[in-house]
Order: sequence, then C-alpha cells, then structure tokens
Amino acid sequence: MRFVDEFRDADKALALSAKISELCEPGRHYKFMEVCGGHTHTIYKHGLEDYLPDSVQLVHGPGCPVCVIPMGRVDDAIAIAEEPDVIMTSFGDMMRVPGGRGSFFDSNAAGADIRMVYSPLDALKIAQANPAKRVVFMAIGFETTAPSTAMTVLRAEAMGLENFSLFCNHVTIIPAIKAILDSPDLRLDGFVGPGHVSTVIGCRPYEFIARDHGKPLVCAGFEPLDILQSVYMLMLQLHEGRSEVENQYSRVVPWDGNPKALEVIARTMQLRPYFEWRGLGFISHSALQMRPEYARFDAERIFDVPGVRVADPKACQCGEVLKGVLKPWECKVFGTACTPETPIGTCMVSSEGACAAYYNFGRFSRERVKSATRTVDIELSPAPS
Amino acid sequence: MRGDTAESPTAPAAEQSRANWAEDAVAEHAGAEHLTREELVLERIERARRRKARVKEPRITMSHGAGGKASRTLTEAIFLDAFSNPVLEELEDAASLTVGGAQLAFSTDSFVVSPLFFPGGNIGDLAINGTVNDLAMTGARPLFLSAGFILEEGFPVEDLRRIVASMAAAAAAAGVTVVTGDTKVVQRGKGDGCYINTAGVGVLEREVSLRASGVRPGDAVLVSGPIGEHGVTILLARGELDIEADLDSDTAPLNELAAVLLDAVPGVRMMRDATRGGVATILNEIAVAAQVSVVVDESAVPMLPVVTGACELLGIDPLYVACEGRFVTVVDSEQAEAALAALRGHPLGAGAAIIGRIKDDPPGLVLLKTSFGGTRIVDLLVGDPLPRIC
Amino acid sequence: MCLGIPGEVIEILTDRPDLAKVDVCGVKRNINIGLLEGEELNAGDWVLIHVGFAMSKIDEREAASALEFLEGIGQAYAEELAALADSEAHRG
Repeated sequence: MRFVDEFRDADKALALSAKISELCEPGRHYKFMEVCGGHTHTIYKHGLEDYLPDSVQLVHGPGCPVCVIPMGRVDDAIAIAEEPDVIMTSFGDMMRVPGGRGSFFDSNAAGADIRMVYSPLDALKIAQANPAKRVVFMAIGFETTAPSTAMTVLRAEAMGLENFSLFCNHVTIIPAIKAILDSPDLRLDGFVGPGHVSTVIGCRPYEFIARDHGKPLVCAGFEPLDILQSVYMLMLQLHEGRSEVENQYSRVVPWDGNPKALEVIARTMQLRPYFEWRGLGFISHSALQMRPEYARFDAERIFDVPGVRVADPKACQCGEVLKGVLKPWECKVFGTACTPETPIGTCMVSSEGACAAYYNFGRFSRERVKSATRTVDIELSPAPS
Repeated sequence: MRGDTAESPTAPAAEQSRANWAEDAVAEHAGAEHLTREELVLERIERARRRKARVKEPRITMSHGAGGKASRTLTEAIFLDAFSNPVLEELEDAASLTVGGAQLAFSTDSFVVSPLFFPGGNIGDLAINGTVNDLAMTGARPLFLSAGFILEEGFPVEDLRRIVASMAAAAAAAGVTVVTGDTKVVQRGKGDGCYINTAGVGVLEREVSLRASGVRPGDAVLVSGPIGEHGVTILLARGELDIEADLDSDTAPLNELAAVLLDAVPGVRMMRDATRGGVATILNEIAVAAQVSVVVDESAVPMLPVVTGACELLGIDPLYVACEGRFVTVVDSEQAEAALAALRGHPLGAGAAIIGRIKDDPPGLVLLKTSFGGTRIVDLLVGDPLPRIC
Repeated sequence: MCLGIPGEVIEILTDRPDLAKVDVCGVKRNINIGLLEGEELNAGDWVLIHVGFAMSKIDEREAASALEFLEGIGQAYAEELAALADSEAHRG
C-alpha cells in the first residue's frame, strides 16, 4: 500500500531508534504526550514502544473522541433512538460504548433500530430510502470529522430532506490540550501533535504551546515511522534548546489547514458555551452544536433529550490517566472491575483509549514477551510459485 | 435545551445519577489490594480472566454471535453448564464418539448469513462446506449430512431452488450425501428469508487424536491459505458500504486438503477451520487449551492486497475476519516444511504459509511480532465488527 | 476514529463533480471531494480519505522528501553498523 508500507519499514525504525538514543542525556527522563487516539492505537498495534529507549516515555492524552463522551450523552442518544419511527445511525466504535443503562448494542437487543455506518453520507442514503422514518446521525469526532458532518448537513439541505437530523457531539482539540497544560500535577517535555485534526485546523493553533508554555510540538502522521520520526524531532528540539511547532506529517497536513473545511463548519455549527468531557469535567467553548439556522437538522431541538448526567464510579481514575499522571495499570480498577467488556471509564471504552490499547495489545511483561518473540525463528515461507 | 444557557462551566445541571452496572462491577472487586508493580497487576488480570464464566447481560446481543469473548462466555456459562459432559467440554469443532467399535465424528452448524447470495457462493455452499469442514478437522472422513430449513413466508421458491442446487453440487464435490432434513415456515417478518442448519456424521479411520490441547512448545503454526476473504466479501456484498472490489468468498470443502496433510505428515497436532472471529480466535483457543503461547510473525500471514485494502479502509483487523475455506494447523516443527509442501501441492492450499511457532511462555497468550518489528498481543475479540457473517 | 487512509483517484464522476472514485489497494469507493474545492484534482492524484470524504491532497513532493530523510537515516545507520562490524573485525 503506497504511502503506508514505506512508513512501516523496520530497518528505518532501527535507525531512528538509534538516533533517538544518541540524543538522550544520561540520567534524564523524557515524557512526551501523544494526543490523538489514532496515535495511541498505532503505537500499541505495531509495538512501537519496543523501539524507544527506557528513558523516553510516551503518555497518552485525551484525543479519543469516543472516549470523552459522557455516559449521560449515550443515554440521550438511546432515548432518541427509542422514539417511535427513529433509525439512529452511528460509527462502529460507538456501538459498544455503555451509557448508564447499556450500549447501542444492548438497545438493539431491546428493540431499537441503531445501525452502523461508515460515513455520515450513508445515513443520508438511509433517510432517503426510509421517508416514513426519522433518521438521526450520532455525530462524534474532533475537527477531523466535523467538516464531514457539516458537508452532510449541507447536502441534506440541498436535497430538501425532511427526515434527517444529527445529534452533535463534536469536540475541539485545543481546549483539551489547554486543560492538560493547566494541570498542576503534570510534567511533559513536549507533544506528539494531532495528525488528521491538523489537516483541518493547520499547525498555527498549536503555536501558543511552544511559545507560551515552552513545550515543542510536532504534528505527526499515523504510521509507526511517522511517530518515531516525530519523537526524534522532539528530542532534537530539546537537544538544540528550541521550542517550536513542526510538521512531520507535511505530506498530508497543510500549515494553514483546509479553509473550505473550516468554512463549512462555521456555516453550520457554533461553539457551545461549555461541554462535559468524560474524565476531564466541564470545559468551556470546547464543543460544537448546530447553528439556529440549521435547527431542523438538530436532533437536540427535534427530540426531547433527558439530559441527565451519569457520574463515573468514584473508583474511576480516568482523569489522571488522561492527563498522563497515571499509567493504565496503575489505576486501582484496571483489569478487574474495568475491562474492555465492562469499561468503567473513558480510557477503556474505545480501542483507542489508553487503557483499552494497553489491555488489548500491550498487556504483557515486556521482558518475557521479548524473549519469546526474539528467539522465534520463522523462516518466511518462500512465495508460492 | 441543553448547552444553550450562559451558565459557567463549574455550575452544571443539578440532576445526576449513577450507572448501576458500573457500580456493581466495582463492588464485585472491592477490597482488592492496590498493586504497585506492573507484573502483579498483569497476574491479577490473568486470574480474573480465569474465573468461572457468567453471562451478565439480561438479553442476547449481537456480540454473543460474533465468535469472540461473549460467544465463549455464553457457551460456557449457559450451554456447558446445563449439558455438562466430557465430550462437549472438549469444545472441539466436532464431537468424537465411540459407537459399537467405530470412531465417529459428529458436528452441527447453523447459517444465518446476510445477504444469502454473494460473490463466490451462497448460504447453501456455506451450509454444506461448514459442516464438512468441522468433521474434517478431527481427521474424520465426512459421510452424511442433515439439512434443516427455516423459511420465511414470502421467500421466493426460485431462490430456494438456487440454494438447494448449490448444496447438491457442494455435497457432490465434498463426497458427502444429504440423507435427512426438515423444513419449517415462519410468518413474514419472523425470519430473514432462509436460515439453514446442517449436522454431519463422519468416520475416523486414522489413528489420530487431533486436539488443541495436544500442541507443544516448538511446534510450527500454519495457515492453509490467505485470510479474511469471506468476511470482507460479505461486508462488501451488503452494499451498505458502497465499495467495489474484485473479491470472492473462500468457501470450500477442506476434507481433501486435510486428508492430504494427514497422509503426508504424521506429526499433525490439530487442525481447526477459521470461521467467525477469524484466525485470531483459533490461535487464542489453542493458547488457552494447551496453556502455551502462540507467537505469530505478522509479515508471514498471507493476505490478498484487496483484503488488506478493505480492512485498512474500514479499520478492521484482518486477523479477526471470517474465512470459510481456510484452516489453521499446528505440526511438529521437524515436519513443518513437509506439511507446507503437502498443503501447497493441493489447489486449495496453494497459498499456505508457516505463520508462527508455539512457545511455552507466557502461557495462554497470542503474541504478534509486527511487521514493523515491535510486539503486541492478539486478544480475544470483544464486540462484533462484522455481524451475520456466516 | 482518526482513521485516514491514502487512496488513489481513479476518475472524477462527470455527473457528480463532488464525487471521485478512489482506489485503496484494489478496493474502490466513491469519495466526496467537496472539501478539496478549489484544488485541482486529477486521476492519479492521491488523497487522504476519512469517513467517505477526501480531507487533503497528498503532496507527493513532501512524501518523497519525508522518505528521503528516512532513507538517509537508514543509510547512515547501515554505514555505521558496517563500520562497527569492520572495526570489531580488525580488533579481533
């Protein structure tokens, strides 16, 4: 696969790993936060940590848009789905997220009609095909996905669709990063910056992090070499005493972002005064809602949503894991009460959450596993003739 | 309307409730010591995972049919618990029975695939090949099948004719006979067109005892061909994803291929066909049954580029995607090359490959050496990425 | 969720200019290219696809230079390893 395989090359990884080690000052420990859920997923899926020296640690931030949706909002979505003649549509990774009473899967079992879609445009197709039904799309995601939702609303408007609306749960990345930076118990040396969010917002919005907080930030791609190279670039900045925003993912991310994408978001959506982020609490101006002119596509205006907050159990320590203060296995309920099947909090809820990624992919004693896999001598079968 | 007022972020709505299922889960493990070393936490997780299976949900969900964790829990907590007997407890693909001196294999499988017709076959092909394969995996020669139909009122007879014609052809190709059957009809809306159950009986004429628990450290793990073709074909055939690809289901009878392998190589420990839950599910079953670790080399796992592309596009892991004409086998390492050659000598095994090794530690885990050179584990599937796949 | 995949543009649909048929490893799907309005898009170009929309046109020059950097590092590393092996050999 082009633009993918080249960035998964093991030999280049060894080279980068050596260069990163060279830049490590003896006795110093480095902590970088990677914000995107997609980065967390890549790191664990490819076993990237095997290439980092012990003194360099990657800490997982709150960039998983599925994870930060509070249980009460899931309950709201289910309440909409349970209204008569409603077809709810959602991305696959939302289907398993439990609200106060259960997940979308559980709701289907109890008689609701909640369908998995790959794109919000698929929800439009369902609306067209089912004129007697009210089709609602559960819109989630950071600025990466908001433009797609916005384009879908504009298309629905152009088509004159009367039975389509969306339940808007889009969140914005900068307030989340600010919440991390303002956290007193945190010590970070820099950020592996968002990749796909940056294709929309560009790299400028992160400048305050480097300038005012003195933390370098490198916008990173999602292949393992992208992340490894970004860590190298961060180490180089620290070594050279610089604090800047750099763009490692320049093949995809334009420095100024995507003006059309920003324009369609602005046309259809506006910032909410505040929004609750699971694990982080209420953050002001951190989420989007439909503009009044688009009220007829706003499920929150069309349907009565209960709006009840459901608190995470007191034992949940996601807030600290999200800020990188605790490692997943350091949480008291990790692996016992809190597992991917019974996710107590946000970090376990989606496969991109730090705890879920660690549980699903990284849950092993590194030394034992390294010895098991290194001495495996699998002669790659010669290609079939 | 929420989110519309000018309240400060620190003074939200007063109403608050708790999630009972989450509070219960915490209470269940209350009093557990807070461990400070990663090793101890991992050990505690392993102990928690070994606890007696219990179905917590009050209702069946799609996860229970996915072939992953929930399916396993359902089987253990409900079916094994009620029917308990040593043959069932083996949970092999087919039951091994001794009747009047003959060694028999007996198996059953139900088919609820949607859509009924797809590139490479239809529900009828799956129904015959599925049960033939379950029997063949024990080393038995599949002989006789039953075919039970549950038809929905309004289902076109012409479609039924097509399905049954496919079944006749598949049976002939596999060398089995459908000797008994049944038909029921349910009202319109109560059954999705056509559901089929097949059960099968075969005879074990070889001196083999193939079981997952017989696997030993040092053994080689092979797969009979490229993975994920059936699952991706079905997903694309549903038409909801608007994706075109040149791909067919891999549904096929594996009895001949299995026989070829067993004839060539005496050191075969086990064979299992990878259906729902994919190759990853089989590997986990082996790791747990034999208490070994299964180490796989990601770059050795064969896959068609179009399967790779579709899985990347949709964010699905191909290791969990269903096949319907592929099996995983573990053989004595000394005979790995011979096994590979035997498989590749048969048209259905042309794409066979050695994908990994059995090690003794850490037991019960499937490890993946990624093509990037890192390591990760391949856990049991949670949830259901591809519903109604077979 | 951040899932973005590179795909090659096969054709721009004439009846729906906001759609392009894109190929990912042999898998083809119609993708909405409305977010790339104003940019020239032709068959053979590569785009980043996310939930059915093209988010960005892949800059082949940047990709090439990224790879060059990685090749360079890989090369330097290989040379270092070779030099190390050499010096070990001479010492022994």
